[in-house]
Amino acid sequence: MKGWSIAHILIVIALLAIVPLLTASNVVLNFLTVALLIALVGQGWNVLGGYGGQYSFGHAAFFGTGAYVTAILQTRYGINAWLGFALGIAGGAMVGAVIGALTFRSGLKGSYFALVTLAFAEVLRIAASVAPVTGAGVGLLLALDLRPQAFQFQSRAPFYWIALALVAVSLIVVRLIEHSRFGAWLVAVRENEEAAKALGVDAVRVKLAAITVSAAMTAAGGAFYAQYFLFIDSGIAYGPWISIEALLAPIIGGVGTVFGPLLGALVVKTLGELAKLVTGDAPGLDLVIYGSVLILVVAFAPRGIIGVLSDLRMRWTRLRASVAGRAHG
Amino acid sequence: MAEPLLRVEHVRKRFGGVLAVSDASLTAEAGRITALIGPNGAGKTTLFSIISGFLSPDAGSVFHGVTDITGMPPHVLARRGIARTFQIAQPFAGLTVHENIAVGAHLSRRSRAAALAAAADVAGLVGLGGLLDRPASSLTTAGAKRLEVARALATGPDLLLLDEVLAGLNPAEVAAMVPMIRGIAGRGITILMIEHVMQAVMSLAEHVFVLVEGRIVAAGGPQDVAGNARVIEAYLGHGAAARLVPPI
Repeated sequence: MKGWSIAHILIVIALLAIVPLLTASNVVLNFLTVALLIALVGQGWNVLGGYGGQYSFGHAAFFGTGAYVTAILQTRYGINAWLGFALGIAGGAMVGAVIGALTFRSGLKGSYFALVTLAFAEVLRIAASVAPVTGAGVGLLLALDLRPQAFQFQSRAPFYWIALALVAVSLIVVRLIEHSRFGAWLVAVRENEEAAKALGVDAVRVKLAAITVSAAMTAAGGAFYAQYFLFIDSGIAYGPWISIEALLAPIIGGVGTVFGPLLGALVVKTLGELAKLVTGDAPGLDLVIYGSVLILVVAFAPRGIIGVLSDLRMRWTRLRASVAGRAHG
Repeated sequence: MAEPLLRVEHVRKRFGGVLAVSDASLTAEAGRITALIGPNGAGKTTLFSIISGFLSPDAGSVFHGVTDITGMPPHVLARRGIARTFQIAQPFAGLTVHENIAVGAHLSRRSRAAALAAAADVAGLVGLGGLLDRPASSLTTAGAKRLEVARALATGPDLLLLDEVLAGLNPAEVAAMVPMIRGIAGRGITILMIEHVMQAVMSLAEHVFVLVEGRIVAAGGPQDVAGNARVIEAYLGHGAAARLVPPI
């Protein structure tokens, strides 16, 4: 859908910011914080996959790097959590640039690109599960230190607002990209790489920039995760679960749209919670639901929820116009 | 004589066992319309792809003005002022006509607003002014061909390579496109066009090169080339020239 402005984004964020003032329920705030985390990670995927058309199956590589960099810096080197958070984002962006350089310079596209990104994430996962610096199989536990300067809080609300602020930044960044030359070139590469090259677009460079921004956003999600749960291991940080969440949210919400990942994350997480209510805690059931929803969306609404909404709006406008026409005629 | 804007010298390109271009040389003089004709499979599009940087030649060189541009990638050539269209239209299908052209206009314009404004101007030049907000995927063949030209034109080229922009159009559409191409040349843009529609070549081109089996077999004004025995044989078969052209 076109025409979302920065003002729209700020209104949505302002509405979401009120929630902790209405409820102190940890269940609600925890649910929403995790949904916002997925929205952030999904927005990262959306930059590369939605706008650039490069479908990654390995965004865990960036999420995990963000999480591990901040966790290792804090636990082993005593670095401040906020600085660790920033360095986690930088580390994720670097991993993105390296993976991008290796894949895009060798011309990997489509399913080959997807498979290679998956392989990178798996290699990192296995390395993290044996390397001493990452805590090997045990994982890393961040020391409890409930002070704002340690990026830890007594209540859930500050975490929620920080997650929301990160999502706000990601929404604004994506919206700015959408209306920039870089965005136009990125979409051109997605739509037809050869034609884009003929028009002067340096496709490799555009994709490299996209994967770096994408990785930085997703790494921010990883670094936030470490701070919020105070524990990571190789399966959490580099596991396929986060790669799946990262692509599911934008695909269900609407790929290549500003609000797609946020909408998709909220819908997917709500469905997951509802399913748990209905069936108890049957393990793996949320994955069954994810799979089913994904099949339905891909089959019947390839442009996601945003696509369905914009179709409905167009039909409604046409219907009103024809009714009005008849009334006058 | 002034340096030609484009000079192709002894270019050769092999795909496995097929020698697509064996030894092709041609020039395009600045400000003129030059045509490259030849039967199907003669290697015209391969030669175009080499000039525009999508393929590297096995031997030979391509010069843009005095600069050797052999082997430079397409986006660098586009920035130098060489724009091409594709024989099979390659629109950005998910975008509108306006957004399609703006991608080209962005080459020399960073600002989105400036690119969109320039794109609207170019759309007017090629007769797409009324279709700006239409999805590119909804265009007719003729519309898609115009869009190809518009996008290339929006990059602000000094050399425009048109790969069969008239192919697949009906006579009325061809008649409408011919003045448009002439108009582009009138703006000082040098055009090198591959074309099968001979009536258009005859009326547009000032100089014609004939490529047959990867080799330039004839060159000259459109009338000279049309009467050339080797050209007639290439199109109509061995011995055709003797039957068609009465001995003088």
